[in-house]
Amino acid sequence: MIKKYFFQLIFFNLFFSKEVFAAKSGGMPQLNPEFWVSQIFWLTLTFGILYIVLSKFILPKISANLELRKSQIQENIEAADKQRQDSESKIKEFEKIILKSKSEAKNIFKETREKTLKDINSKKETLEKQINEEIKKVEKEINELKKTAPQRINKIAIETSSEILKSLLGTEINNSSISAIVDDLSKKNGNKYYDN
Amino acid sequence: MATNPMTQFEVYRIGPEIKIGAFDISFTNASLFMVISSLAILIVFNLGSKKNSMIPGKIQLLAELSYTFVSKMISDTAGSKAKPYFSFIFSLFMFVLFCNMFGMIPYTFTVTSHIIVTFVLAAFIFIAVTIIGFIKHGFGYLKLFVPSGVPVVLLPLIVIIEIISYLSRPISLSVRLFANMMAGHTMMKVFGGFVISLGIVGGWLPLSFSVALTGLEILVAFLQAYVFAILTCIYLNDALNLHH
Repeated sequence: MIKKYFFQLIFFNLFFSKEVFAAKSGGMPQLNPEFWVSQIFWLTLTFGILYIVLSKFILPKISANLELRKSQIQENIEAADKQRQDSESKIKEFEKIILKSKSEAKNIFKETREKTLKDINSKKETLEKQINEEIKKVEKEINELKKTAPQRINKIAIETSSEILKSLLGTEINNSSISAIVDDLSKKNGNKYYDN
Repeated sequence: MATNPMTQFEVYRIGPEIKIGAFDISFTNASLFMVISSLAILIVFNLGSKKNSMIPGKIQLLAELSYTFVSKMISDTAGSKAKPYFSFIFSLFMFVLFCNMFGMIPYTFTVTSHIIVTFVLAAFIFIAVTIIGFIKHGFGYLKLFVPSGVPVVLLPLIVIIEIISYLSRPISLSVRLFANMMAGHTMMKVFGGFVISLGIVGGWLPLSFSVALTGLEILVAFLQAYVFAILTCIYLNDALNLHH
């Protein structure tokens, strides 16, 4: 039932629309020359004014704007390039300075090291010299002492033995005989005491 | 009401009848849309060129993009010699484009859907290009009709064909634009009529078709303006750089 109505509706509408289009179709208004002159006149007028205003006032402005922007962008690019180059050269300078200071620091370190080493060496030498001298002096003294020691010991031995004999015997004994004995003894046993 | 798809192309008088001699130059709806299109172009491009900011605004960008678009089109097809004719081709392209686009608004009038308008434009271009050709090359411009490397036997035939093709340029140029605009608008009107007559039950199909056609017609409006301008450039190229 509904389906039938639906189809009837569509069919009727199509039929109706065909009727409407068929009823009023005339020719092409474009081929009606009634307003041709008017259209030509107004086209010439409006397009002429449009062309004159565009070409005299507006398009040169747009062109100038574009040129200006182009040149400004170019300038900016050039300025940026220059600044980049500047900063690059500055970086190079900076690196150079750093390298220079590094080598300077190294040199200073080396120099001071050598200097201190030299100082130490010279001081060492003088110290050694002094020590050697002291040692020699002391050795000399010792040697002298060693040389004089037997005589003194002999003397002491003679004196002490004469004193001991005096107290023991109560009489004076000739020193020369005692010294002869001591000398004899020291000659005999000297090597035992003084390992010369 | 206006169910006839051709009524949208009818021209009628707006205001009083103006006559110069025997000629009727009354202000019509066609004249109105010519004036509106020209004014719209002037307003848009005046706003677009008023102040020059380093970073362009929307309208300025539009104006500058159009400028570079047309300028590139001319230099690509007609070379650097065509620079003096830049303003004319720019005006032509913008005029045709704006007339086409204003025609896409419902209840408006499409100026370029009238053969007389497109024919006047095309005839002007044809005559101007011919004059430029003769000024630049003298009678050497007639070499355009004699292509090089053609056998002598075929030459008379080729020359006749070339002359016919040259003379038919204004007709083909004008009819292309006019027929495209008229056919598109008629088709949209027809589908619109189907929407009304099929009503809420069956009208959805022609409605969706009509929507799709609107997109297509906007594309055609731009494309035909572009074709009109680029063909002008090609004709100009023939006149300026004669090498055949």
